[in-house]
Amino acid sequence: MGGLQKKKYESGSVTNYVSRNKARKKLSLSLADFRRLCILKGIYPHEPKHKKKVNKGSTAPRTFYLLKDIRFLLHEPIVGKFREYKIFVRKLRKAYGKAEWSGVQRMKENKPAYKLDHIIKERYPTFIDAVRDVDDALSMSFLFSTFARTGKCHVQTIQLCRRLSVEWMNYIIASRSLRKVFLSIKGIYYQAEVLGQTITWIIPYQFAHDHPTDVDYRVMATFTELYTTLLGFVNFRLYQTLNLVYPPKVKHTKCASIKCVFKDMHLHISYQKLSALSASLARTVPLVEDEEAELDLFPAEGVSDRQLSYIRMCCTLCRCFGGQVSWDKSLCIGSTYDETDETITHHIVDRPTIDKQYINRYYIQPQWVYDCVNGKILLPVEEYFLGVTLPPHLSPFVEESEGDYVPPEKLKLQALQRGEKPQDDDEEEEEDDDDDDEDDQSEDEDEANLAEMEEKRAQGKSLSVKVTPGKVKPENRMRAEQEEKAEEKRLAIMMMKKKEKYLYDKIMFGKKRHVREANKLAAKRKAHDDSNKADKKKKKKKC
Amino acid sequence: IGYGRGVFIEITHRCRTRFKVALATSENFQLSAVTSVCARLSQTKKSLFSDQSSAWFISSPSCVMFLWRTVKWAVSLLVFITFSVRSQDIRNTVGNIPMEWYKDYPHIGYDLDGKKIFKPIRNKDELDEFLDKMENPDYWRTVQDKMTGADIRLSDEQVDLVHRLQQGKFGDVNFNEYEPAIDFFSNEVMIHPVTNRPQDKRSFIPSLIEKEKVGKLVHAIKMGWIKPRRPKETTPQYYDLWAKEDPNSILGRHKMHVPAPKMKLPGHQESYNPPPEYLLSEEERLAWEQQDPEDRKLSFLPQKFACLRAVPAYSRFIHERFERCLDLYLCPRQRKMRVNVNPEDLIPKLPKPKDLQPFPTTQSLVYRGHSSLVRSISVSPSGQWLVSGSDDCTVRFWEVSTARCLKTVEVGGAVKGVAWNPNPSICLVAVSYDDTVVLLNPGLGDRLVCTATDQLISSYEEPEEVMDQSVQWAVAEGEGHEQGHRLILKHPKAVRQVTWHGKGDYLACVMPDNGSSLQVVIHQVSKRRTQNPFRKNKGLVQCVSFHPIRPYFFVATQRYVRVYNLIKQELTKKLMANCKWISSMAIHPGGDNVICGSYDCRLAWFDLDLSTKPYKVLRHHKKALRSVAYHRHYPLFASGSDDGSVIVCHGMVYNDLLQNPLIVPVKVLKGHTITHDLGVLDVTFHPTQPWVFSSGADGTVRLFT
Repeated sequence: MGGLQKKKYESGSVTNYVSRNKARKKLSLSLADFRRLCILKGIYPHEPKHKKKVNKGSTAPRTFYLLKDIRFLLHEPIVGKFREYKIFVRKLRKAYGKAEWSGVQRMKENKPAYKLDHIIKERYPTFIDAVRDVDDALSMSFLFSTFARTGKCHVQTIQLCRRLSVEWMNYIIASRSLRKVFLSIKGIYYQAEVLGQTITWIIPYQFAHDHPTDVDYRVMATFTELYTTLLGFVNFRLYQTLNLVYPPKVKHTKCASIKCVFKDMHLHISYQKLSALSASLARTVPLVEDEEAELDLFPAEGVSDRQLSYIRMCCTLCRCFGGQVSWDKSLCIGSTYDETDETITHHIVDRPTIDKQYINRYYIQPQWVYDCVNGKILLPVEEYFLGVTLPPHLSPFVEESEGDYVPPEKLKLQALQRGEKPQDDDEEEEEDDDDDDEDDQSEDEDEANLAEMEEKRAQGKSLSVKVTPGKVKPENRMRAEQEEKAEEKRLAIMMMKKKEKYLYDKIMFGKKRHVREANKLAAKRKAHDDSNKADKKKKKKKC
Repeated sequence: IGYGRGVFIEITHRCRTRFKVALATSENFQLSAVTSVCARLSQTKKSLFSDQSSAWFISSPSCVMFLWRTVKWAVSLLVFITFSVRSQDIRNTVGNIPMEWYKDYPHIGYDLDGKKIFKPIRNKDELDEFLDKMENPDYWRTVQDKMTGADIRLSDEQVDLVHRLQQGKFGDVNFNEYEPAIDFFSNEVMIHPVTNRPQDKRSFIPSLIEKEKVGKLVHAIKMGWIKPRRPKETTPQYYDLWAKEDPNSILGRHKMHVPAPKMKLPGHQESYNPPPEYLLSEEERLAWEQQDPEDRKLSFLPQKFACLRAVPAYSRFIHERFERCLDLYLCPRQRKMRVNVNPEDLIPKLPKPKDLQPFPTTQSLVYRGHSSLVRSISVSPSGQWLVSGSDDCTVRFWEVSTARCLKTVEVGGAVKGVAWNPNPSICLVAVSYDDTVVLLNPGLGDRLVCTATDQLISSYEEPEEVMDQSVQWAVAEGEGHEQGHRLILKHPKAVRQVTWHGKGDYLACVMPDNGSSLQVVIHQVSKRRTQNPFRKNKGLVQCVSFHPIRPYFFVATQRYVRVYNLIKQELTKKLMANCKWISSMAIHPGGDNVICGSYDCRLAWFDLDLSTKPYKVLRHHKKALRSVAYHRHYPLFASGSDDGSVIVCHGMVYNDLLQNPLIVPVKVLKGHTITHDLGVLDVTFHPTQPWVFSSGADGTVRLFT
């Protein structure tokens, strides 16, 4: 037979994949640059269907990229920029070594820079795509905006992140698109609906970060680079849709009274005012002020810088839902009215007590605001007064399907939402207790009778024979039917094929585990409630 | 200073006597020596450089640099090596060599004139040394010069110098290190110049070259060749990137793009104030801590805080973001179609058992009497009597409808098998125990039939030629006859199973013995003849059976069922049971279907017309199957297992060859208690009614109707 012998691993799926190192060499980039490129261009590895074949018979763990992806990277202008930057660094090093300071200066001025605009356009060809993917960008930029100048990243990046996150928050307020908020132990989750897309992001609590050593900040910085660009463009477009000026400006600029000599100073103050999130933004087309029913006024009062951040969070919420907010003037810039204002309805305080209290307003803890937002109703304020043990704060993201465990607080909230009046739990509980007692008593009586009879029989005494009319045991038809059906099912399961049986068992196992978990939670809750009740009773008795 | 193989330094010092230093004539020239010299020099640096009388001869320019640097350096180091200026100018010229080389010589080196320097004559031992130490008041300031070997008494000045240097001070007493610094070039503009030198001419005549250069630049600016540098943009510029959204510009690869899944949303347990049931108990918390971080279901410990201000920072926040980043660019993405299977859809749609009636549903009678496990049962062809053989060495006859034991026959061993003759005109029961098979006439039912049977047996005439048979036939006499024993067949090995042919003349016995040629024998009762149908048996025979209509014979070994044609005397089929160990077998009354029960919980249904592989394998029992049976008229079959249950299935066989048999389990019958890990040992159907009998290890026989 003629013809050349076919060589192994030269055709088929092997030709579609390329290992990471090969790809790197093809692009003639260092590993770090390759990584950056992949992050920026959104190229991720692919898992071949037959790994051993693609790996040319070896089973070594290797990362594979699609050859098409790598070819696509080949004509990316940024690759050239990376190389330029490498050369720039080399030249700069040389100039430093030779102590050519003027050369260093000149080179630094001509530092090669690149823009990611085209990549954003390419990765997100439509605006909706970009909005859909903005979750991670927001979380990252909010995280970076909380960083201090510790050298973990460039100061410009931090400032940019702060600016973009404040802009985003302002948009959320202006568009009133916030839907859910959740105070978790990790940070605060926000969920907004922007142009029909549900976007969730998390903001860490305002603390100094304990920077971990096992985190590669270069990777994070690369992501942030991409995300800030994306977020900037998204913000721009979103502001445009609302007819707002971008970059945002505060509408009623009282700053005019502050004669700012330096431009920078002025910028700083306006940024601060903006980040206070308390004032509405200037519009490109002036709107006729629509008369909004002013829901509430929430002055918050705080002391430390940390509380300042809380105020901002609270403020975002309230303003998202049409409230007005202010705080003590001495705290920070941007307060719109005074604490002594008579029209204030709710006063948010996060401390055990407060000295001077006004009669015509409620003093409540901040959780009330969050719970109201999640419940979409004004909850009764009694449970949230100062110094009161707060009711549990539930996650608004959990949507219980059938068979899941629903915490009783959620049930209560749902009842409130339906407009049912909340019943007084304590009374109900007491009634329940009484019922239980009665049941117990009757059961006890029965048992006592039986025991008596048994005793007599044991002693050999002739029982006083008495014929009592027998009770007709009602045949429970429903139950019988159910049993029959269950048996039918059992028998049918016997006839399943092995493969299907395996799948069926697996599904049923998962379902059972689900039920078990739900039951466990319910049992735990019951135990907790019981112990609580017992404690209460003890206290009552003592009284 | 000369530079070459050695360095000579000649310094005329203003305040000291002139001295001459000869240094390192050999390669042993050491830096320390130089530095020490320089240290000395540096003390008097000021005066040195202003002093014109110092003579510097430097042979190489780099040496100047080097020396200058060392001078600067030495000021801070203050390395001290004594170059004592001595009155007598004995200088050893050997250089910095180990002096022990001169140990054995009377001299210690050579002076400048090349004459030997002799060691001072001394023969001090330790005692002298000690005495010297005690007596000599200057002992502490006496130093031995290594180069000359002479003792030198340090002068007060020198001792003072040593002390000063030890304290890290300047060697020179007069040197003031805190002299007020005179800042010549300060911000104060003085009226007088620092130097009085007249200005150069070039300083006030404009340079022609510069003029030319400036002219060129001016021209270039005028012509617009040079533009002012654009101010750099520090803040990124944003604009409407999606102003012209063109659906055609979407790359093909974008359609293949798999967007990263969003992060999981937090549940109630992540709340800062969760409901109490979501908090972990002490044990759960311990378990959580001991788990590997990768195995944990929750990546954090749920915690409860009384108020918002008490919530601390989350320490793993940056980690989590970073891990998300890693996921985004390192994880391969794949679109996995998740098939959302409804488990109800997986269950096969079968006809309802209700529609498949009649079949036994309830336990109606229990036949008690045996004291040990009942291995085998059989029903008379009329359906009126039931025979059961037990390990307590008895065979009991029961009336089916009343559960009364009519007769008990004792035999000489644990009964392994009983079989009622299927011929209704003969009343015989084959009972096997140990190596014996007894044909009993229970004397139940129609008298005529019983007597006819007895007559049939007694009417046997010995054939003329006596054949040599492996089995001995004997007629029971005496007490045995009265009990009902009619014929006794002694086998060479223990008999496990007996089974009748449908006509009631032939009787097959199984004597399982691996590899033996005599495992199955067929007896002809009317002629009292025994045949060994097989020259060789493959494997261990488990059970045998006659085909109900045709002359076929089924032999089940451990894994296969072989079907033999008795007339042609050949193997027609070999059925592969796909199980490890066949325990029992039953033939459908139609003769085309076989079921096999096996010890690995399987029941295999063979359709002989279809294939030699099972048409269906049921795994409905939890434990080993012991017995299977077909009903003679109804489309029912039953299987009894060690899990104590009897499962009755509907097994419809159609006359139409194209339609496969329909198998539907219809009832699970429970009643037997499990004793010694054994449940049901034998099942058999009533010949006419849809009833099933089962015998169990608990010594009972039960009837399900």
